[in-house]
Amino acid sequence: MVVMIPEMNFGWLIPEITIAVFAVITLLLSLLWKKGGLKPFLGVLPLIGAVVALYYTFHLWNGNLDLFNRLYTIDNFGTFFKAVSLIILILVILLSFRYVDREDIVVGEYYALLLFGTLGMMILVSSNNFITMFIGLEMMSISIYILCGLLAGNLKSVEASLKYFLLGAFATAFLLYGIALIYATTGTIDIREVATYVKGGGFLVTPTFMAGLALLIVGFGFKTASVPFHMWTPDVYEGAPTSITAYMATGVKAAAFGAFLRVLFTAFHPFFSGWTIMLWILAVATMTLGNITALKQDDVKRMLAYSSIAHAGYILIALAVGDRTLSSTVLYYLLVYSFMTIGAFAVVIIIGRKDSPNTGIESYAGLAGRHPVVAAVMAVFLFSLAGVPPLAGFMGKFYILTDAIRAGYYWLAIIGVLNSVVAAYYYLRVVMYMYFKEAQTDIGLPDFSVGSAVAIAISVWAVFHLGIFPRTFLMIAYKSSQIFM
Amino acid sequence: MLQEIPPNYSYILSAIIFTIGAVGAITRRNAIVIFMSIELMLNAVNLLFIASGNAFASMDGTVFVFFVMTVAAVEAAVGLAIFVMVHRLKGSVNADEVNLLKG
Repeated sequence: MVVMIPEMNFGWLIPEITIAVFAVITLLLSLLWKKGGLKPFLGVLPLIGAVVALYYTFHLWNGNLDLFNRLYTIDNFGTFFKAVSLIILILVILLSFRYVDREDIVVGEYYALLLFGTLGMMILVSSNNFITMFIGLEMMSISIYILCGLLAGNLKSVEASLKYFLLGAFATAFLLYGIALIYATTGTIDIREVATYVKGGGFLVTPTFMAGLALLIVGFGFKTASVPFHMWTPDVYEGAPTSITAYMATGVKAAAFGAFLRVLFTAFHPFFSGWTIMLWILAVATMTLGNITALKQDDVKRMLAYSSIAHAGYILIALAVGDRTLSSTVLYYLLVYSFMTIGAFAVVIIIGRKDSPNTGIESYAGLAGRHPVVAAVMAVFLFSLAGVPPLAGFMGKFYILTDAIRAGYYWLAIIGVLNSVVAAYYYLRVVMYMYFKEAQTDIGLPDFSVGSAVAIAISVWAVFHLGIFPRTFLMIAYKSSQIFM
Repeated sequence: MLQEIPPNYSYILSAIIFTIGAVGAITRRNAIVIFMSIELMLNAVNLLFIASGNAFASMDGTVFVFFVMTVAAVEAAVGLAIFVMVHRLKGSVNADEVNLLKG
């Protein structure tokens, strides 16, 4: 038996290697610096790592090749999602500087796990092989399980960690069984070979294949927090440290949707009629349930958790439509959604204090009088989430719904529009509290810091820029989804 | 001479194990028992990979099993650490008592 040694071209992996190296260095330095007063500066190291990795990720653009016996793929789709994960990582690190200090979180583990989680996302979105995809998914999930429980001594945080771990492991088992069933039918774990198998003659829709596909959708539905696999979302988002909530709501969702899109549109697209109805139901249930439950939330952090479920529903519309030429709108939407959600969570972080997180809606009463700038930026993010033009959230929804209409999914588009009307109520309720209510209790000025100010400024700029000049980014998204052609 | 087991038998056995695991994970209340049920599900996955890899005479399934086992070990390490943390704060790892966050 001749063993082929694959060509070792590590040059294409520089972003991943950078992140891994910086994660290890952060972990080691946190031990050395434990006693010294250098601890607050430890966050700078992962920030440098993330920026360097982002710089090299831009250089991967337009590179198309398979590495390591087709286990790893470099293409524009993966590069786009890698860049998105790294941008999210940078924003989350900027938010964390002050927050980690305030909440007494163990710094070294915190930043190292953030970096390892991002490494997992980067692997997850750039593999055309179920093994690599699974490894990336687990790397991301396991880091997040730990990060959720890092508020030591806080029962809510530890409970969130336990819940996410048990349900996450349960969902992983489903996903794996789905992969195993597809392997048992097709005999391959390369998703492009699955596509060839499905396209090829003599393909019968066997129960094993259908069950495999359904279990795969369950597994990804869990990671993207789609109804009915969303039960964990509000609890975990509420209990976890707020910076990690922002990270989960954006990074994990974006990466999981990236992999979901790749699997569905590469491997199973020839078999489109088999899954469009499943995703149709999933999209409608996710949007409706997310929005209706969000209506009665009095806790802003929980409200944003339900809102993130609802947004997953809008993205699922585009997946259900399943038009591969139009899949770029999903990418654009995920980018937009990440900026506005991180911005909203950043404001939640700076309103909070060590022993009183101040996430109740009454804490926002009269914010406009106390601190007009913070109230104004929160209003921008909430308007964008509600989909008010000219902000980015409007453009994202507009393109997704236009695609649905163009493909003839009128009911789906109508339900989507009705849902965004419902959603406007709970977003605007917070704005109403900020501008038209008197504060009941004095919670003091927002806990501002340079890092969070920079993160909020970047998010505000992005929300306006992506909304008013979407063309450049749509072109990038379009080029990224060319791999499905 | 040993007779080879038909792959269908292994597929059915793996489906049965997976179902037992899934039902156990849903109905049990102790976090450790839930986690054991999840491990059972992962072992059903391994069995299916091995059996179908054998049927197709391909190595992919066998290789996958190594990764599943490794990840299961990592999950066990992280999971047990989380259980210990919960036990310290609450005095039990019973899923019924973990109810501070409303569902």
